[in-house]
Amino acid sequence: MDWPALRLSLWLGLGTVVILLPLALWLGRFLALRRFRGRGVVEAAVALPLVLPPTVLGFYLLAAFGAGTWFGGAFQALFGRTLAFSFEGLLLASAIANIPFAVQPIQNAFGAIPPNLREAAATSGMTPWAVFRRVELPLAWPGIATAIVLTFAHTLGEFGVVLMVGGAIPGETRTAAIAIYDRVQAFDDAAAASMSALLLVICLVALLLVQRLTRGIGRRRHG
Amino acid sequence: MANAGLSLRLKATAPIALDLALDCAPGELLAIIGPSGAGKSTTLRAIAGLHHPESGHVICDGEAWLDTSRALDLPAHRRRVGLVFQDYALFPHMTALANVMAAMGHVLTAERAPRAAALLARVHLAGLEQRRPAELSGGQQQRVAVARALARDPAVLLLDEPFSAVDRATRRRLQVELANLRQGLAIPIILVTHDLDEAASLADRMLLLHRGRGLQTAPPAEMLARPASAEVARLLDLRNLFTGVILAHEDGLTRLRWGDQLLEAAPMPSLPPGTAVDWLIGAGGVVLHRRGRPSAGERENPVSGTIIALLPMGEEMRVTLDVGDPEGRQLTFALPRHAAQRNALAVGEACSVSLLRDALHVMPRP
Repeated sequence: MDWPALRLSLWLGLGTVVILLPLALWLGRFLALRRFRGRGVVEAAVALPLVLPPTVLGFYLLAAFGAGTWFGGAFQALFGRTLAFSFEGLLLASAIANIPFAVQPIQNAFGAIPPNLREAAATSGMTPWAVFRRVELPLAWPGIATAIVLTFAHTLGEFGVVLMVGGAIPGETRTAAIAIYDRVQAFDDAAAASMSALLLVICLVALLLVQRLTRGIGRRRHG
Repeated sequence: MANAGLSLRLKATAPIALDLALDCAPGELLAIIGPSGAGKSTTLRAIAGLHHPESGHVICDGEAWLDTSRALDLPAHRRRVGLVFQDYALFPHMTALANVMAAMGHVLTAERAPRAAALLARVHLAGLEQRRPAELSGGQQQRVAVARALARDPAVLLLDEPFSAVDRATRRRLQVELANLRQGLAIPIILVTHDLDEAASLADRMLLLHRGRGLQTAPPAEMLARPASAEVARLLDLRNLFTGVILAHEDGLTRLRWGDQLLEAAPMPSLPPGTAVDWLIGAGGVVLHRRGRPSAGERENPVSGTIIALLPMGEEMRVTLDVGDPEGRQLTFALPRHAAQRNALAVGEACSVSLLRDALHVMPRP
């Protein structure tokens, strides 16, 4: 069992969720409520990581991380190292690769809230922030929980982007998914099997947790 | 501009055309009526700050909520309104009590629960405080919505078709409850409805809207007896609408010519002789002449014609006469079925009636 790889995966999953959630809440709600020119383009861009081969996404990210680009150069000037093949680079890549998994469930959840509930809340004297906190968030919670779990579980399983951007540096960028691949390549089936089983259990537990957390919102509790 | 109560003037051409003004005094119930798409709900939403018209003002309890001439437009949460939505719009994740408490941001935290419970008791929901909306019947949900609207201590209560989503028996009961409830409310109440009977039984005054335009504001009985124009009469589904020409104003009466017949009408001295007008004879204004037994009042606007239809409706018989109207319009009136039998009314028979002067209402043409 490659514990450092597993720990790295869990941190990466957690970090991705923490980075992505505020952005996804804002963007998902914005896309659900606003009608504007170019909305289709934004939605397509959000969905792009779903259909793009991970290696293609990884290639572009790697290119952007290089010290020759303004972005990579700025990072290097600030922190004295490159984003490529670092945990930070991996985190950023993971956040970008997971945008659709975070944004789409949240967008659907906000879109499903009847508009007159917001109006009723406003005419009840709630400020826009109170409407968001007391009406929208509780009602969108199933979608938000789904986004969190999907993002986390998908990050644990991400392979192509991670390998392209991070390589497989132990303790820095070698995640559990890559460690499993390494173990299989080394004919260490026992280690691969135990790590695979563990990831399977983690993902299953996460999905069950979502089901439990989101049950019975606004539904009849008895008879 | 009234200090107390609600006063508004709205004008817009897009996205929804509006051109109306209304005042509603504290304790008064004003019904906004009109066909679908007339702008009734939009007017209500403009008061609540959910719709933003191009120009106009909304002043409530001395406070300006909207005044486009000063670029003033308070957001909905800063207008003290209680709004009952057509489908109630209760918060599905909150109990009945929490729904009511949600509108009590202005009340001390410790006082919210007891006050919300008292409001629920006032709308006959004591004991159901912990139910969620999905666990309540339609009528109970409507009561929660009313309690929530009142929880804010509103300066105006707005009701958007509040009885349309429940069955007939519940609707009757809720209407009686509203009539009771309003006796203790010293704020203007605006009721939007497409149901004329509902408006007539609940409202002190009605405002008739058509295509965003306010056509007439009057107490229900007055609007039904004296519509301002033929357009209003048609929208109120009033029958027996004809055209004529003013001849003279004499002896406290207005005389007019209808085809080759002369009629006497309730006085309308503002219309000079020679004016082409619309006129209608109100319900109860048509009196059947009994056969072979002349009675008093027969000389009052006698009209004779031929019965072209007899339609029994419940206890009544609806009679349609061809009265030789130059435009081919017919005269319709109802009388008890036994009276129709006693007078041996039959299709094709001649029949004469009187049009009572006081019910004969003359309207100017636009």
